[in-house]
Amino acid sequence: MEEIILTPPVTDSDVGKLKSGDRVLITGDIFTGRDAAHKRLVDLLDEGNDLPFDIKGQIIYFVGPTPARPGQPIGSAGPTTSYRMDAYSPRLIAQGLKGMIGKGARSSEVLEAMQRFKCVYFAAIGGAGALISRCIKRSEIIAYEDLGPEAIRRLRVERFPVFVVNDIYGNDLYKAGLKQYARL
Amino acid sequence: MRRKGKPKPTSLVLSNSMKQIRCKKIIEQVKKMCMEANFELGDDVLQAFNAAQADEESPIGKEIMGILIENARIAQDESIPMCQDTGFAVFFVELGDDVRIVDGNLIEAINEGVRQGYAEGYLRKSICHPFTRKNTGDNTPAIVHIEPVPGDQLKIIFAPKGGGSENMSRVTMLRPSDGKKGIKEFVVNRVRESGANPCPPTIVGVGIGGTFEKAALLAKKALLRPLSSVHPDAELAAFEKEILQAINDSGIGPQGLGGRTTSLAVHIELFPCHIASLPVAVNINCHAHRHKEVIL
Repeated sequence: MEEIILTPPVTDSDVGKLKSGDRVLITGDIFTGRDAAHKRLVDLLDEGNDLPFDIKGQIIYFVGPTPARPGQPIGSAGPTTSYRMDAYSPRLIAQGLKGMIGKGARSSEVLEAMQRFKCVYFAAIGGAGALISRCIKRSEIIAYEDLGPEAIRRLRVERFPVFVVNDIYGNDLYKAGLKQYARL
Repeated sequence: MRRKGKPKPTSLVLSNSMKQIRCKKIIEQVKKMCMEANFELGDDVLQAFNAAQADEESPIGKEIMGILIENARIAQDESIPMCQDTGFAVFFVELGDDVRIVDGNLIEAINEGVRQGYAEGYLRKSICHPFTRKNTGDNTPAIVHIEPVPGDQLKIIFAPKGGGSENMSRVTMLRPSDGKKGIKEFVVNRVRESGANPCPPTIVGVGIGGTFEKAALLAKKALLRPLSSVHPDAELAAFEKEILQAINDSGIGPQGLGGRTTSLAVHIELFPCHIASLPVAVNINCHAHRHKEVIL
């Protein structure tokens, strides 16, 4: 199978090539954010302020890692459940966010925003935080240090394995999996 | 008033038969359990992973099971948490009637052990205020369920619980007329609706009976049973199997990407209930099914 390597900043053309079910290896810089950080980002937009990083073409990974041991860039770092970010994601997608990494299904509002503004949703393997941490070579907090595990970090990743769940054409890997394997 | 020359028989008997356990020892053991549970997956879970990997029909599901086995190996070898969600620190304590905790308070000792274990083990602190969402900073308070039992032992079971799977758990008050069919439907639907969210393959704890809160506690307790075990009650063993089959027919599969292995086990705990009620609770656990036990 041909390897698909994706490096942010991601363009509309990159996004257009990705199909639900593709395995993708992400190499480059991505940003972390989960519940509390998402709320703050959207609050900033509501107040008419700039985000703490340029979100255009970027990928947000829904993760709250464990603290790094001395000498390590990061601790365990698997995905958290994505639906909790559903209330916020469409706003960020409209600002130019091109990819999200998490686990679990998204709301119809998020899926609509993804198709409209060209953004893909990837699943990383939940509960494989030890293994995923090996793909993370560097980590620095860029905003909201007070949030501890929920702070926004810039991660340098190498060959971070993810699956395309929702592409911009309306395909859904979760639904396809059910269709193929359900015995109902 | 003390009478001259006469001993106090009751207090003498008490002090002789009570086993004293120092809080310092409890703190040490809890600290160790917090770290070990998050680094080392139990053999029962690893065996279930291996079996699922062998049996899984979906290539992607098979691959994911392999990744989870590899993840567990890395976690153990490198003392890194297998999952970044190192959980709410939940404890089930069996406190012998003949045990006396000295040099402090049992719950405070457990919280101190959690504080130390989560700091020294570089575990994530995941506990916050419900409104402000401000983190308590040390993963306390722990949730501690204490049950008095006969004997002179103190048994502490640690079962850290991740938020993703806990969020998918529910309690319902069925009508007695709903019966076993209604119970099965509720449990299976809960797992189906949860999809990929609770990190399948999951372990499903089911509490049936009691009151509203008892059912929830039974469901959580059901998760503690080893995965390889069969329920001692034949009817419940068969019911567990039937529900597991229905869950695994859903096609959700490992990580919700399609396959046969949606849950590794269904465990039921039963308790009598009110003539008007049929409480049922479902407590879902992710595949990072962590538990450690110590007896003092």
